[in-house]
Amino acid sequence: MSINVRDLNESEFFYGHKACAGCGGSLAVRIALKVLGERSVAVLPAGCMSAVGFNFPQLCFANNAIISTFAGTASMLTGIEAGLRAKGVSDFHAVGFAGDGGTADIGLQALSGAIDRNDNIIYICYDNEAYMNTGIQKSSLTPFGARTTTTPAGKNIRGNVKDKKNMFEIVAAHGIPYAATASIGYMNDFMNKVDKASRIHGTKYIHVMAPCPTGWGHEPCETVEIAKEAVDCGLWYLAEYEDSEYILNRNVKDFTDISQYLRKQSRFRHLRDEDIEYITKSRDAKWNEIRTKYKTV
Amino acid sequence: MKPYLRDHTPVLLSEIPDAPSYEAGFLVSKNAGWRSTRPVIDTEKCTGCLMCYLHCPEGVIYKAGGKVAVDYDFCKGCGICVRICRAGAIETEAER
Ligand SMILES: Cc1ncc(C[n+]2csc(CCOP(=O)(O)OP(=O)(O)O)c2C)c(N)n1
Ligand code: SF4
Ligand code: SF4
Ligand code: SF4
Ligand SMILES: [Mg+2]
Repeated sequence: MSINVRDLNESEFFYGHKACAGCGGSLAVRIALKVLGERSVAVLPAGCMSAVGFNFPQLCFANNAIISTFAGTASMLTGIEAGLRAKGVSDFHAVGFAGDGGTADIGLQALSGAIDRNDNIIYICYDNEAYMNTGIQKSSLTPFGARTTTTPAGKNIRGNVKDKKNMFEIVAAHGIPYAATASIGYMNDFMNKVDKASRIHGTKYIHVMAPCPTGWGHEPCETVEIAKEAVDCGLWYLAEYEDSEYILNRNVKDFTDISQYLRKQSRFRHLRDEDIEYITKSRDAKWNEIRTKYKTV
Repeated sequence: MKPYLRDHTPVLLSEIPDAPSYEAGFLVSKNAGWRSTRPVIDTEKCTGCLMCYLHCPEGVIYKAGGKVAVDYDFCKGCGICVRICRAGAIETEAER
C-alpha cells in the first residue's frame, strides 16, 4: 500500500514560516509532517528550520514541536520517546528534522548513540549541503567544488576540496532497522519512505536532499527541478537499507549532463573542466560500487 | 487544521509565557509582503492533479471543488507551482 497526493492529510502542520521563498528544507518538513500526522512530536535543532519556524509569537508548527541544542536532536528524541512511553502514551511519532551540519557534524554522536540503543524514533536529515542558517559555511556534506564562505573560490583553490561524506552508509553501518535516501524532487518516493519508517519499530533514518536557493544560488522556482536533476545526473541517489541489505530504488541508466546541473547553481559557477571531470569520475566510481554492493530493483 | 492568523499579538509582559512553551500554530504576521509576483490559477485549465499542492513549500495551495486555490496571505511567490504545473494552468502576475 502506498500513499499518494490524494490521500495525504489535508492539514498543514508547518505554515506561515519565514523560510526563504522556494526553500527545499521547508518543503521536506511540511510533507513529512503531513505523512506522520498530528500526533508527531517534532524536534528541531539550531538550523534554518527552527529559525524560520519559531519566532515568538509566530509559532508555525501545528503539532507539538520543540527546539533542541544543535548537537542534541537525537538525544532529545530519545528523551521524548522514553518520557511519553513512561506516561503510557503510545500512538505518537518522535521525529527530528536536522540539517546536514546538525546531523553529519555536531549531531553525529547523539545520533549514533540513539541507533546503538535502537530507540524508537524517526530522524530526518534535510540536506542543503552547508550551514545555511549561519550564512553558508561548509559542512562535511558540502559537495566537492561548492563555494561557501569557508571554502571560497579563488585562484588556487576552487571551492570545497573535500568530497561529500556518505551519511546514509555511515548510518546503515550501525545495522539500523531502516535507513533511506530521498529527494524533494521525487516526492512520492519520499512520502512513502516516511510512511514506511513510521511503521517500523526502532531507529529510522531518512536523508532527504533539499536544495536551498539562497545557498546554492539558483532561482527559487527551480528548487524542485534541481533536486530531481541531482538524482537524474547521478550526484544523488535514491536507496534504502533494510534487513541488513542495501537496495537501490532508482537505477539510473543514462545520466543527464552533470555540467548542466552544476551550471545552474552559482556555488559551482567557478568550476573548470578538470573539476567537472573529477566530479564525473567520482560519480562513476560510486555508481560502480553501488551496482555491485546494492540490490537493484 | 492549520496554524492560523490571530487577531491579537501578545505584547504585554503578562501575555508572554514564563515557561518556554506556547500554543502551537500561533501566527501573528502574514508573508504576503514578500511577494513581487503572484501565481494565479486558471480553473478552466486546471486538471486537479494536485502537483502544485504537493510541491508548495508554504502549503498555501489547497483543494477547492476538484481544483486548487491559493492562500495569498502566506504565498511568497516563489514560482515553484508555476513551473510544476504541466497543464499550464498557473500564470504569474506582477504585484502592484
Ligand atoms: C553548539 C552550537 N554551535 C553553533 C551554533 C550556531 N548555529 C546555529 S544554526 C547553525 C547552522 C546549521 O546548519 P545545518 O545543520 O546544516 O542546518 P541549516 O541551517 O543548513 O538548515 C549553526 C552553526 C549553535 N546554535 N550551537
Ligand atoms: S537559507 Fe536555504 S535552507 Fe535556509 S531558509 Fe533559506 S532557502 Fe531554506
Ligand atoms: S498543477 Fe496545475 S493542473 Fe495540477 S492542480 Fe495545480 S494548477 Fe491544477
Ligand atoms: S508561488 Fe510558491 S508559495 Fe506561492 S503558491 Fe506557488 S509554490 Fe506556493
Ligand atoms: Mg544545512
